Amino acid sequence: MSDTFEPEIVAFCCHYCAYTAADMAGSKRISYPPNVKIIRVPCTGKVDAIHIMKALEKGADGVYVAGCLEGDCHFKTGNIRAAHRVRRVQALLEEIGVEPQRVEMITMSAGMGERFAKTARDFTEKIRQLGPSPVTTAARDSRRRAVS
Amino acid sequence: MITAVRKPMEEIIACVEPYDRILLVGCNECVSVCSAGGRKEVALLASALHMHFMKQGKTMDIREMTLERQCDPEYVEELVTSVDGADAVLSMACGCGVQTIAARYREKPVFPAVNTTFMGASERQGVWSERCQGCGDCVLGITGGICPIARCSKRLMNGPCGGSTKGKCEIDANIDCAWQLIWDRLKALGLERRIEDIMEAKDWRTSRDGGPRKIIREDLAS
Repeated sequence: MSDTFEPEIVAFCCHYCAYTAADMAGSKRISYPPNVKIIRVPCTGKVDAIHIMKALEKGADGVYVAGCLEGDCHFKTGNIRAAHRVRRVQALLEEIGVEPQRVEMITMSAGMGERFAKTARDFTEKIRQLGPSPVTTAARDSRRRAVS
Repeated sequence: MITAVRKPMEEIIACVEPYDRILLVGCNECVSVCSAGGRKEVALLASALHMHFMKQGKTMDIREMTLERQCDPEYVEELVTSVDGADAVLSMACGCGVQTIAARYREKPVFPAVNTTFMGASERQGVWSERCQGCGDCVLGITGGICPIARCSKRLMNGPCGGSTKGKCEIDANIDCAWQLIWDRLKALGLERRIEDIMEAKDWRTSRDGGPRKIIREDLAS
């Protein structure tokens, strides 16, 4: 299963760092897996727990929030707040039996194109190893059963 | 405000598991301010429940609603049509809200999704502390604005006790000794002589010792 499984990954990227780093990766022709779907946000502090949860509920196998390096947030503490929210979501996922590793907080600067690409590769690989999200797998199976 | 914390998911899931259609109701008042049961928390809990039941291969119909004030029959009336389409109600309000719904919609099972904790104040973002126990006979006027009932672990009316060390309580070094705080405050106000006034034994009949309490305002009651 894990040989053919291609995870769906949502990355909430801060406009001032990770999104620009993704741009940098593109300019440098550094490839990263197409599994990662980027959502640009003005600051990771804008990412609420519900955004992460909805992404997982609607079919993402993994979600990461990519913000500025600690101390470098354009809005001072947005990335710190985001890290707290990610931890909260991880705890909630654990409570409902979903692997908390499916959600992660990552930091980088705007110039780190290589790091953006590496992060995307590493996270995709991690989720590939974890396998499909138990949420979507069960829902898909139950739909299949209903059709047959 | 009345503070609350969400119950463990396991407990919430056990309550709603037998049903297919849930009405999840939040409250815009206290529990919203202490981030336990407002619109955001309702959405988050609904999403977590959806995911849990999807994982089990079950489709759970969860309708989200957040009332202006769940402890007020006037607002609880707004649920009248939504309740019909639900097998059970899951409330994220304090115990007062849960009971107001239970009293109005007698035929529907109502479950609390939060544990109502205490009457408290916000210390800073994300931190709330107990400040009042609703004793019904406020002494803040003579204790420098610091409540010995809510903030002294022993509810001493004439403190401090021997367990006060360097301004901290013997039960936990993170808890301030209320009587130290009272002393400091009275001193700052130039009223330190008051600490020697002996407070007589408190009449707890105005508190819970008098049974469930009720306020009737003749000028307002109809």
